[in-house]
Amino acid sequence: MASDTLTGSPRTDAEISGLDALDIAGREKAPSRLRRGWSALWPKLAALALAVGAWQVVVWTGWKDPWALPGPAVVFADLGHYLVSPALWDGLATTARRAAIGFAAAVAVGLLLGLGVARVKVLRAALGSMITALQTMPSIAWFPLAILLFQLSEQAIFFVVVLGAAPSVANGVIHGVDYVPPLLVRAGRNLGARGPHLYRYVIAPAALPAIVAGLKQGWAFAWRSLMAGELLVVIATRTSIGAQLTYARELSEAPRLLAIMIVILVVGLLVDAAFGAADKAIRRRWGVLDQAGA
Amino acid sequence: MTPTTTTPRGVTGSVALRGVTKVYGQGGNAVLALDRVSLDVTPGEFVCLVGASGCGKSTLLNLVAGLDRASGGAIELGDGVNPGLMFQEPALFPWLTVEANVEVPLKLRGLPRAERRARVAELLRTVHLADFGRRRPHQLSGGMRQRVALARTLALDTPVLLMDEPFGALDAMTRDILHDELERIWSERGLTVLFVTHNVREAARLADRIILLSSRPGRIIWSTRVDVPRPRRIDSPEIATIAAEVTDRLRTEVGRHGQ
Repeated sequence: MASDTLTGSPRTDAEISGLDALDIAGREKAPSRLRRGWSALWPKLAALALAVGAWQVVVWTGWKDPWALPGPAVVFADLGHYLVSPALWDGLATTARRAAIGFAAAVAVGLLLGLGVARVKVLRAALGSMITALQTMPSIAWFPLAILLFQLSEQAIFFVVVLGAAPSVANGVIHGVDYVPPLLVRAGRNLGARGPHLYRYVIAPAALPAIVAGLKQGWAFAWRSLMAGELLVVIATRTSIGAQLTYARELSEAPRLLAIMIVILVVGLLVDAAFGAADKAIRRRWGVLDQAGA
Repeated sequence: MTPTTTTPRGVTGSVALRGVTKVYGQGGNAVLALDRVSLDVTPGEFVCLVGASGCGKSTLLNLVAGLDRASGGAIELGDGVNPGLMFQEPALFPWLTVEANVEVPLKLRGLPRAERRARVAELLRTVHLADFGRRRPHQLSGGMRQRVALARTLALDTPVLLMDEPFGALDAMTRDILHDELERIWSERGLTVLFVTHNVREAARLADRIILLSSRPGRIIWSTRVDVPRPRRIDSPEIATIAAEVTDRLRTEVGRHGQ
């Protein structure tokens, strides 16, 4: 073995660093944050302005009476009052608590179910397609059964929220685990990751993007199910956002009704944006965001 | 963990295959991938396995790595030797930085944090990537990624390195430089290397011994020693002469499947 002559010569070192520098030149790019933020923001603002404008135009045409369809100015004025009233924040607290508990339960059920189906062949054969079938069931169709089982109670709402969201979470996990590149699994095993370590070091992180996508979709289902539940299952002592929406309709308070709808929309959007940010952060770390743009 | 067919009683760094056979599938669909392959690799030897498609080169490495079980025969490695395996793709974990990738085998072996840091730094210096520890794999070129993969495999502290066409996807210049690097690291660390390639020149450039495998099923049909002094150049006349001979034999073997 010629172990004496082979230590790296300075010539090779220079060649290597030169080649590296050439190879990765021009891969860095840093457009200013502010600029990127603005170019993402202005189309959204413009679309919002257009929507409000269209709404105002419809009101001006006198298509519906103002007590049924108030104009933006009236609604935003009411929204201003609503935002500083305890009714909103109490209702939001009740609704947010239900959303958090329901979604957390759905995530727990979905993760366990997804892992089970992804790992155990019999479970996959038995439940794989059923999970997808469950996803296609409109959540509001569960309520009659939920009310029979749990009466007009929070349990009825949780029941439907979990049924609505868990299949999406489970599907995310199944999809994520199924599509872990086999090469990474082989590499992980060769590096000494077996059993639970393989899950911790390779499968879980590799499946994470799909799991986050499942969580995001699960949240959308949970939020819809929750709103449907709060409209149907009105518990007099707990004036949730959904209950307030029902009251606003019963009392024909159109501006309040629309203000509540705006709140529901914004809450849904904010949570969705949080999931979107998590998803984007993951994709940036993985280096799959480069071509996707903003 | 090693397959049941492995009897770990060889010398550390040695690899011995005794009539290793691998059959995929069952009954009428059974395909014989490897047919009674016997091979003795001495510690510190650099062996290149050359063959056309379907010669079971990758299957062979998987068996030695313990990622798959042989259908027959035995594989003998030194006591407690867990060979490191490298692929054509770097197979780096995209969610980890370069440093963290190299750290994975150290973590799995339960090394303390301070020791891990020192080892990672040393390994990255070895592959000339000391300044790139905080990068992510996607920010590096193909050749750099393959060097990270080499550092990660070296972190296993194993005397046996199995390489499955590791430079097949790289451009010629990068590949030449990586040949120099691999040769240097191999000789510094006294590694035993089992290197699979279909690039005959690459085999002649790197190997102490070239082994030619037939296709469908994979059998050892010929082997030769490469007694060209190191360091070598891939474009030297001695290497070209050896490569030409291996190529002729490989073509004869491929032609056998043409009828």
